Amino acid sequence: MLSIIWAGMIILAVAYAAVTGGAEEITTVLFAQAARGVTMALEVMSIITVWFGLSRIAAKAGLLPAFGRLIAPLIRPLFPGVPAGHPAIPAMGMNLAANLLGLANAATPFGLEAMRALQRLNPLPRTATPAMVTFLVLNSACATLVPSTAIALRANAGAQQPSAIIAPAFLASSVALAAVLIIDRLWRWRYRREKVAGSRSRPGKGGRR
Amino acid sequence: MMTATAQVTALIVPALVVVALLAALLRKVDVFEEFVRGAGEGVKLSLQLIPYIVAIFVAVGLFRESGVLTVLTQWLSPVLTWLGFPVDVLPLMIIRPFNNAAAMGVVADILSTRGPDSFSGRLASVMQGSSETTFYVLTVYLGAVGIKRSLHALPLCLLGDLIGYLAALWATVLFFGR
Repeated sequence: MLSIIWAGMIILAVAYAAVTGGAEEITTVLFAQAARGVTMALEVMSIITVWFGLSRIAAKAGLLPAFGRLIAPLIRPLFPGVPAGHPAIPAMGMNLAANLLGLANAATPFGLEAMRALQRLNPLPRTATPAMVTFLVLNSACATLVPSTAIALRANAGAQQPSAIIAPAFLASSVALAAVLIIDRLWRWRYRREKVAGSRSRPGKGGRR
Repeated sequence: MMTATAQVTALIVPALVVVALLAALLRKVDVFEEFVRGAGEGVKLSLQLIPYIVAIFVAVGLFRESGVLTVLTQWLSPVLTWLGFPVDVLPLMIIRPFNNAAAMGVVADILSTRGPDSFSGRLASVMQGSSETTFYVLTVYLGAVGIKRSLHALPLCLLGDLIGYLAALWATVLFFGR
């Protein structure tokens, strides 16, 4: 899919330039942009390097488990189908804590652990459970306290206050998260109604909710 | 609104650094060694990013310099203007759910052509900071446990991205003005 978008942009650009008579500029732009890309990537390298070093210290300091423990009780009510004390909850808490702290590389292992824990509760192993959907939604719309990539890019571009985007980014993702969680509730409610009506069997409902 | 919150948010990163260092020292972590190791991973990741960023810079640059973006802007401007989006962020909206490194490239391109403190630059940063690589998350997480049917996960996550873009626009105007 990304291939189609990417190739489409280039083909459209070249075709349009050919029609409007700017074809000879295409080659210049092609190499100039490649040079800019390499320069940019090397400039951002410094920031990524520092940030990864610091996030490794944060991970080793046990900040993640501490944050995860704070978050676990908050997300508990979102997963009525997961029994109390099930390992999926702390794993999801750690995953969201890592996202919240902007430690994207630390988030994936906990996310996979959470998915495996949720899969053990799944009566239909090839179909997602509602709890999984809620977790994925939570993960993909997750608010972050430190949008490290965006701050790094801004610092590199010489912004007056690179971190000034923290508050608006947090606000925006919180709004999106709240909206999506509400829609997810409505969707789940629809599954349950279908199940009660018994009109047709829809896999993935399971007996637990 | 801008100055007060900017002062607080300017402290978030330094505060996290100090808290992490103190907590690590209390746990007798060899902080210097761990920093170097983490930084090494950062170097590796940055090198992996180079081809992605070049790929995006080339496509977005050609798209803009050839004049296609201008034509597209004229077509879409009624819709985008009605919503309040500058047309610069259109490629970011399309690419963001697919690939994080590619989206980084788009943001970097907007920041360097429009400036980090322009409206487009700020909006792009907020959008990048408040959204996720939806397709990556879904593919990796569902694939890891062998799930084929994902119920309403994909439409809902994509809807979440769309709501996120609108929320980012609203928050950017709220904090920085237009």
